[in-house]
Amino acid sequence: MDMLAGKVKMTQQTVNTAMNPTDALERQIRLTARDVTVHYGAKQALHGISIDIPDRAVTSFIGPSGCGKSTFLRCINRMNDTIEGAKVGGTIKLDGDDIYDPNLDVVELRARIGMVFQKPNPFPKSIYDNVAYGPRIHGLAKSKTDLDEIVVSSLRKAGLFEEVKDRLNEPGTGLSGGQQQRLCIARAIAVGPEVILMDEPCSALDPIATAIIEELIDELRENYTIVIVTHSMQQAARVSQKTAFFHLGNLIEEGVTEDIFTNPINKQTQDYIMGRIG
Amino acid sequence: MNSFLIAGLLLVLLGIAYQVGWSRSRNLATPNGVKVHSRPQYHGSLVAIWTLVPTLIILALWGYFGPDIVRSFAVSQIPADVIGGLDQMGLNNAVLRLQSIASGYGVTGELAPYEQAAGESLRSFQLLTSLLVAGVAIAAGIAALLFARSRITARLRARNSVERIVNLALLACSGVAILTTLGIVASLLTEAIRFFTFINPIDFFFGTVWNPKFSSTVAGDYGQYGLLPLLSGTLMVAAIAMLVAVPVGLMAAIYLSQYAPRQLRAVAKPLIEILAGIPTIVYGFFALVTVGPFLRDAGAAIGISVSATSALTAGIVMGIMIIPFISSLSDDILNQVPRTLRDGAYGLGATQSETIRNVLLPAALPGIVGAFLLAVSRAIGETMIVVLAAGNSPILRGTPLEPVSTITVSIVNQLTGDTDFAGPQSLVGFALGLTLFVMTLLLNIVALYIVRRFREQYE
Repeated sequence: MDMLAGKVKMTQQTVNTAMNPTDALERQIRLTARDVTVHYGAKQALHGISIDIPDRAVTSFIGPSGCGKSTFLRCINRMNDTIEGAKVGGTIKLDGDDIYDPNLDVVELRARIGMVFQKPNPFPKSIYDNVAYGPRIHGLAKSKTDLDEIVVSSLRKAGLFEEVKDRLNEPGTGLSGGQQQRLCIARAIAVGPEVILMDEPCSALDPIATAIIEELIDELRENYTIVIVTHSMQQAARVSQKTAFFHLGNLIEEGVTEDIFTNPINKQTQDYIMGRIG
Repeated sequence: MNSFLIAGLLLVLLGIAYQVGWSRSRNLATPNGVKVHSRPQYHGSLVAIWTLVPTLIILALWGYFGPDIVRSFAVSQIPADVIGGLDQMGLNNAVLRLQSIASGYGVTGELAPYEQAAGESLRSFQLLTSLLVAGVAIAAGIAALLFARSRITARLRARNSVERIVNLALLACSGVAILTTLGIVASLLTEAIRFFTFINPIDFFFGTVWNPKFSSTVAGDYGQYGLLPLLSGTLMVAAIAMLVAVPVGLMAAIYLSQYAPRQLRAVAKPLIEILAGIPTIVYGFFALVTVGPFLRDAGAAIGISVSATSALTAGIVMGIMIIPFISSLSDDILNQVPRTLRDGAYGLGATQSETIRNVLLPAALPGIVGAFLLAVSRAIGETMIVVLAAGNSPILRGTPLEPVSTITVSIVNQLTGDTDFAGPQSLVGFALGLTLFVMTLLLNIVALYIVRRFREQYE
């Protein structure tokens, strides 16, 4: 019954966002990407991507497998640095500062831009330690009480606290898939990021867990800039205000989500949305 | 009959059997759309197996009973009056002489009057029987072949039979490994129990003096067989080896798996693994000639007296020897930690060393502990380095700077040279071997337990 109620609520929210879609886009721009290219060795994975990402809204990247949407997402917090042979060109600015500036501290950047991955990847530690990990390495908590507070509030924001409050010391890997993913979201929130990147966060989850996460994303939008990569066009339509369509390493079309899905300008976008490619 | 010839004939027969089964099943008439159950290969294999089994049984029976039959024939060729004058040993000798004549090798000394003729008839008997056996075996094979061929029908479930036989053959092979282990344990146990009939187990396990006497003037005085000096030497050397190998090996693994550029890793990893390929006796030279004198001089320079051959020397060199075990295994294990876990830590802004310390190492811990325990087993069982470098001094000591001896070295000492396995001097080797076996067995059990516990917690 709870699940049903959640779904009904979510539909209402979707309708709400759809009523004034442009409102979201008139917000301040947090991230600007210009001519971003990525090479993996000799292979070019991205061809000159330029896009603006608005503050406190959900931007979704859609497109068929291998289209470069995840690659571009991983450029935004420089996760491609950890892949051997990956080379990134062009500029990405967060609040006007180039994130590929050699003087920039990657560790600090990743604290500002959190990430949630395709497969839930809790650390082999307790639930508490999973969430406390980020605050600990960044020295965010002055005392044990501070840390407790951060952990509890992060778990609350991720909608997980009520389910795990009695077993904070049990391993995070013992949770269900959906709970693990919310734990990963709590872990990302605990560092106090401004932007949260989500790489197909629901692709390993069942429909009920997916619905819960989608609802959570909608709530998080109040306070965070969210970029989500998704395979599911329905998901993009439900949770995002802005949508960008990628195909073969190119950004084909971007715009207000409702426009992209109801009135795409580009033929390729049209074909993808109608299910003719991908 | 030459056994190679028999094996060759058997192979030819098997080849023919396979062909017969194969072509017969290909040419099966399949009226009213009945499908042939198995493919021709299976029919061929089944016929070949049918052919092989009776042939092998007959050859095995002959291998078992043949020598006795030949022997009784040889005995029957010796005249009764000669046999009357022979004891058991003399009879054996006479039979051996006849067999030598029959095989054409010749014998020393004068031939007794009957021997030449008896040798000749033994020779023809042997030829006849082996031809007969080979003939019977092949005839049985052919009979089985024909029977198996006649069984081939479209409905014959040849595939299932062949798969079941393959299954049994695999089971038998794994059984060999298990039975061998059981056999070794059993022989260790029985000999060790014989040892304990000479020496009280309490004196062995809790004795503090190791002083076996080889040639005692007093009957019943075998010397003292206290295990503790050897056990303490073994543990001391192994502990020093681990102190050297664990930090170096683990750090090397972390560097190789996380920091090293790909080209460097491609060169460095095989180079480190070469360390594992160096014969342990060569490590022994290295310890004796280089490390030992160096430690002695270094000790003298700071005013500590260090013996050139000591637990320290042996331990350090053994540690160097087991570095590649630890680094190579840990490297593989670290690489197996899912990439998503690393990404998760990086995504939170963790630095590389934070990621390794807080995420990778805990996730890889069970495997790494397994690698450590494997290395300990190896250190405890290692012999050559200790023989050369530990000083062979089975005295209970509190410092690693003095010569010691280990369990393995004492086994070598007790079992080399003339041994008759009748007294405790050599039987003690089995008691020591059993102790060593139980130690490594316990280590393995502990390792499995730890690995399983961590798995339950983190998967």
